Amino acid sequence: MTLHRKLAACMLGLCLMAAPALVLAVDDPSEMLADPQQEARAQAIGAQLRCLVCQNESIEDSSAGLARDLRRVVREHVAKGEDNKQVMDWMVSRYGNFIRLKPAFSAGTLLLWAMPVLALLLGVGTAFLFYRRRANAAPPPPLNEEEKARLARLTKD
Amino acid sequence: MTTPSDNLTRRRLLMALPLAGAGVAGVAFWKMLDGMEHGSFNPHDINAPVLDRPVPDFTLAPLPPAEGFTTQDLQQVSKPVLVNFFASWCIPCLAEMPTLMTLKDKLTMWGIAYKDKPDNAASFLRHSGNPFSRLGSDHDGRAGIEWGISGVPETFLVGAGGVIRWHTAAPLTEETIGKVLLPLVHRLQTP
Repeated sequence: MTLHRKLAACMLGLCLMAAPALVLAVDDPSEMLADPQQEARAQAIGAQLRCLVCQNESIEDSSAGLARDLRRVVREHVAKGEDNKQVMDWMVSRYGNFIRLKPAFSAGTLLLWAMPVLALLLGVGTAFLFYRRRANAAPPPPLNEEEKARLARLTKD
Repeated sequence: MTTPSDNLTRRRLLMALPLAGAGVAGVAFWKMLDGMEHGSFNPHDINAPVLDRPVPDFTLAPLPPAEGFTTQDLQQVSKPVLVNFFASWCIPCLAEMPTLMTLKDKLTMWGIAYKDKPDNAASFLRHSGNPFSRLGSDHDGRAGIEWGISGVPETFLVGAGGVIRWHTAAPLTEETIGKVLLPLVHRLQTP
């Protein structure tokens, strides 16, 4: 085994060891709720909440202190029997819409949500107009004698 | 059948449309960046919802020797109070302290030690100077979450009746104080 291969094997081993850590940042099992159904719901809510420290991770993925605190708050609310919307509203009233990883549907985000449909319609519409025009276009007039002779000359070789 | 002049118009249109689109997008981006530079637009502004709302319900542990405070205390203030979240482990807070000390005579300031051991917070204030007339300890960070903070330092201006009038998630600077904070305090005090 060459040194390179050994190194590669070590790297692979390290990656495999790190893999479970990538799945969930809940690094302390005592954080989790005893009821698996409630825990699953808390995880689903947490996956929709932005960690405000490392802003592109959800609080379920982040190991920042604030994310851990917010995970605990989510679990407290879930254990009290609140539904997902109530927990989400509690968070939004404190941290604003920025905490939602998925923007809420509102007048301000209408264009954002409608954009895929608008872009598709625009594309389909343009393509439709383009093909209809091409189908309707008159065939080019036949070549006259002089042009035919020139074409024959050009394609001779 | 299309005439050459039709073709020319269409070609001009096809050129002009993307150019106009790019122009509009350019102006929009320029305005956005300009707003970010001058503070009128901040895409990361997290605490916007607390503005003009009453202070949240929170509880603090005492942080001797100063007197503590509660939600009710803030609801009963008649003059603006600056509430500052700080921590002894936070370097920007340490850098902010001299600025807060210059404000001490102009504005009432109450401090909350966020996720800090009371001993460490007390020794931090002994070394950096203590601008706060009242102090509380938020050891587990729960009060911080009620206020919607995402880190330290964060500062809130609470007006009469316990309404949050202003907030910043950045260390206070001489510039912010002179240009934004003190004029606002002045406006709040003159009916």
